[in-house]
Amino acid sequence: MTTCSVSKGCFVFKPSTKKRRLSEKTANFRSPNHDSEDTELRFVTCQSLWSQIKSETEQIQEDLNKQLIDNLMSFLSRSHPDFQEKTTEWTCGMKFREIPTAALVLGVNVTDHDLTFRGLSDVLQDNITPYVALLDAKDCPGIKNLMQKLMGQLMNCDIEVDSLEDEDCVQVSQNRIRCSMPSLISWYESVTKKTDSETPSKKRNSSSRHWQSPPVVVIFKDMESFTTKVLQDFIVISSQHIHELPLVLIFGIATSPMIIHRLLPHSVSSLLCIELFQSLSCKEHLSTIIDKLILTSRFPFKLGEKVLRVLINIFLYHDFSVQNFIKGFQLCILEHFYSEPLSVLCCHQGDAKKRVYSLSHDQCENIRKLPSFRRYVEKQESGKQIELLTNDSFLKIRELHCACLENQVWETEEYESSLQLARMLNKTDLVTMLQQCVEILMSSSGKEFDKTVEKLKEFLTQFQNLEDNRTLHEIVYFNAATVLRGHLNAAPRTALHTALNNPHWYLKAFSTVVMAAEEPNGDAASSDEVDDTIQSWTLQSVLPSWKELIIESGTNVSNS
Amino acid sequence: MPNLAHPAYPSAELLHLESLVPCRESQVSMLLSIFGERQHFSFPSIFIYGHTSSGKTYVMQTLLTTLQLPHVFVNCVEHFTSRLLLEEILIQLQSCSSGTEQTSPVHCDTLNDFVRLFKQTLASQELQDQTVYIVLDRAEQLREMEANILPAFLRLQELTDRNVTVILLSEIVWELFRPSIGCFEPFTMYFPDYSIGHLQKILSQNHPPEYSADFYAAYINILLGVFYMVCRDLKELRHLAALNFSKYCEPVVRGEEFWLAAANERDTRKLWKNIEPHLKKAMQTVYLREISRSKQSSYINISYVRMGLSAHTHMELPYYSKFLLIAAYLASYNPVRTDKRFFLKHHGKIRKTNFMKKHEKTSNHLLGPKPFPLDRLLAILYSIVDNRVAPTANIFSQITSLVTLQLLSMVGQNDQLDGPRYKCTVSLDFIRAIARTVNFDIIKYLYDFL
Repeated sequence: MTTCSVSKGCFVFKPSTKKRRLSEKTANFRSPNHDSEDTELRFVTCQSLWSQIKSETEQIQEDLNKQLIDNLMSFLSRSHPDFQEKTTEWTCGMKFREIPTAALVLGVNVTDHDLTFRGLSDVLQDNITPYVALLDAKDCPGIKNLMQKLMGQLMNCDIEVDSLEDEDCVQVSQNRIRCSMPSLISWYESVTKKTDSETPSKKRNSSSRHWQSPPVVVIFKDMESFTTKVLQDFIVISSQHIHELPLVLIFGIATSPMIIHRLLPHSVSSLLCIELFQSLSCKEHLSTIIDKLILTSRFPFKLGEKVLRVLINIFLYHDFSVQNFIKGFQLCILEHFYSEPLSVLCCHQGDAKKRVYSLSHDQCENIRKLPSFRRYVEKQESGKQIELLTNDSFLKIRELHCACLENQVWETEEYESSLQLARMLNKTDLVTMLQQCVEILMSSSGKEFDKTVEKLKEFLTQFQNLEDNRTLHEIVYFNAATVLRGHLNAAPRTALHTALNNPHWYLKAFSTVVMAAEEPNGDAASSDEVDDTIQSWTLQSVLPSWKELIIESGTNVSNS
Repeated sequence: MPNLAHPAYPSAELLHLESLVPCRESQVSMLLSIFGERQHFSFPSIFIYGHTSSGKTYVMQTLLTTLQLPHVFVNCVEHFTSRLLLEEILIQLQSCSSGTEQTSPVHCDTLNDFVRLFKQTLASQELQDQTVYIVLDRAEQLREMEANILPAFLRLQELTDRNVTVILLSEIVWELFRPSIGCFEPFTMYFPDYSIGHLQKILSQNHPPEYSADFYAAYINILLGVFYMVCRDLKELRHLAALNFSKYCEPVVRGEEFWLAAANERDTRKLWKNIEPHLKKAMQTVYLREISRSKQSSYINISYVRMGLSAHTHMELPYYSKFLLIAAYLASYNPVRTDKRFFLKHHGKIRKTNFMKKHEKTSNHLLGPKPFPLDRLLAILYSIVDNRVAPTANIFSQITSLVTLQLLSMVGQNDQLDGPRYKCTVSLDFIRAIARTVNFDIIKYLYDFL
């Protein structure tokens, strides 16, 4: 907890968890002046929409990884045949025991791998073996740390399963057991013998899911970051004892399988029996996500074209990370519900109808200010115009009609957006699509040809119905691309310049954070005064040295 | 007439031993004469070295177990700290003579404790003054432990005043072990590599029960003829023999119709014709372990090139990452003074000075990548990307991801004052493939190809 550093100019001290109050969550969202704009309702809608979307994304993840996980499961089930039956294959008889290894090539989006591995380890623990260990390179700088981590994970999971029995001496600290392979083997023998001697009813339960000697799966999450010595030592040690401990290794590879040959010398890689598994490419992953989340009529919230382009650009140009895409999507939802007061109507049709009737006068004024509504009003006859502009109840009836209109034509949106996406994502896909269209046109004759031509004409007319022309689209479409870009594309240089020119902006933020931590009961009126005093105090004492540090790091960045 | 003869050991056992260690008779008889009779004191320490797969571990283990000499066998890689090593020796010693698995936990931190506990344990065993052998496999790991471990093991007989011999097995010569402060010199013994005749004899020994020994010997002959040029490692050859045998037997199994008579075991020439192209292809991927054993058993026609790990080198990278990698490659392999020529629009002429002429012959690609600072990388990046690149934090984090993926490597300490320096670690073929995907002709920008 020191504030002395040559390289850093900003230190974060988080308050202890005891002081945090749950009620503070919605404090920022609730601005006292805007109660007539249904902030509470918007917040609730936003939360429920996000939780729906989140569960949908998790489901999609599971489905996409299903193929990979199925292949891995079949690999694991044939991995140690002689632990299940006695096989007398000639090759086995030659006393060659290689460690079965799965090389999983997952792609360069390292941020997404964590989720995949967690899903994989859950599935493995449910179906094949309770002994699964996940290892990170940063936790294993040496073989000793690796063995400690491995044994900690394996034995802890065992203790959870057998929590009722006290015979297993609970390993409190690693000093009690020697972290070496023989003690791991003796632990494994003791737990597998125990499951044998259980009562028949229990055994039936466990053997339906697990085998008599379930394999021990060790997953190396980021293979590239491991030092070669640690991997070599571990593999050499494990291969000495492969007869007693059925180990299976899974390598999580981000680049290409050749990394195995770069990291391990031949004498070590000859101890492994490697099989290759490829996961779905991240571009396909993203197109599935876009299909199911954005091009669907399940969710009332929609992304505008520019915003979608920003998110896809970040994906394609920067990081290939589906998790970041989803986080960006979450940011869009939050931003939309936060800044657009009419987003209270962005919900399912039934709820929207009810909410229309309870709109306040301010909300109706907001509706009248929308540019698309103004265009709609101009198209109506003059009598109706006056009614719309002055009579709230008349407006609500009109609103209802428009909201219904919205719902019917959402399908056509998908064609336009999907073609835009095809342009953005993959040229070859678009070409194949066009080729298919050409083929259809060529192969069909007579009536069918006419039908196709009609369909194409329909397409074109639907294009006319661009989203921007539709009335009241601002309620459900989020199109603030510049705001999004500002949030997602962090520009360190801009931040530094702002800090140099207007330091009180950041200091004010700091003091607010400090205040919130220290006095959760502070009310709005006095907090401003206290803010000022703290601010001036911090400015006087901190600013000179702080400004120097910023200038220094600013020059570093400006050089690049 | 058996080769191994020793008055102290029954000849039946020696005969059995001889059958187990073909081609190592001279080494084993040397060891037997050093060991002498069971109760004789022997050399305090013996150092055995030889290449990988020269049979050191196997011969030692077989010798000690066949003749039932009391011994302790410890692998120094597995017990990587001195405490683990010493405790393991004591634990194994407890069950040395009795052969039972009753072991009580042992706590031993230092060599002082080890010597004391060793004497205690030895006293409790009924060994009748037989020599106890402590075999330390992969002994080169002892150099990584505390400095007193190795000298103490070399003198263990003297320290404990008991009949014990320490045998060290290693692939490295003794000169690299010798500590600078000096130590007791062990008896060194060399296990030479197997010759082709030896390999033939050893590999032909374990043949599958369905076929005759001669048939298998002919197969091994063919195999060695193809692979001996590139590979003399016994383990690897054994793996290749197991992998390719099913393909060799294929004609016999199938009994092909277009041959005049079904190939039987004696038609060696036909079998050779069948397998020769297959083996030649396999030569390309020797040592690479391209195919796992489980997959091999389900395929008869193995296509080495298609299925292997080396076939999957393609990697997808985001757009700017590709350009970052290209810029890093250019920064690593172009000298700094040529940047102006390649990356500025109006660079003017660059006169070839004497300095440049002298060093023209040394290609930068032969010398390897040179480190470059972050500023240079970004300058090159901005000049090679067509559209404007906004200097957002995403670009910086992409550079760090490339380091995590080991496509770039960071050079030097995490020096915040000077700025980070990087080096590009990819090959020319790889970067050309990447540059092709973004329509960038990297050869035009490389100084070595001017």
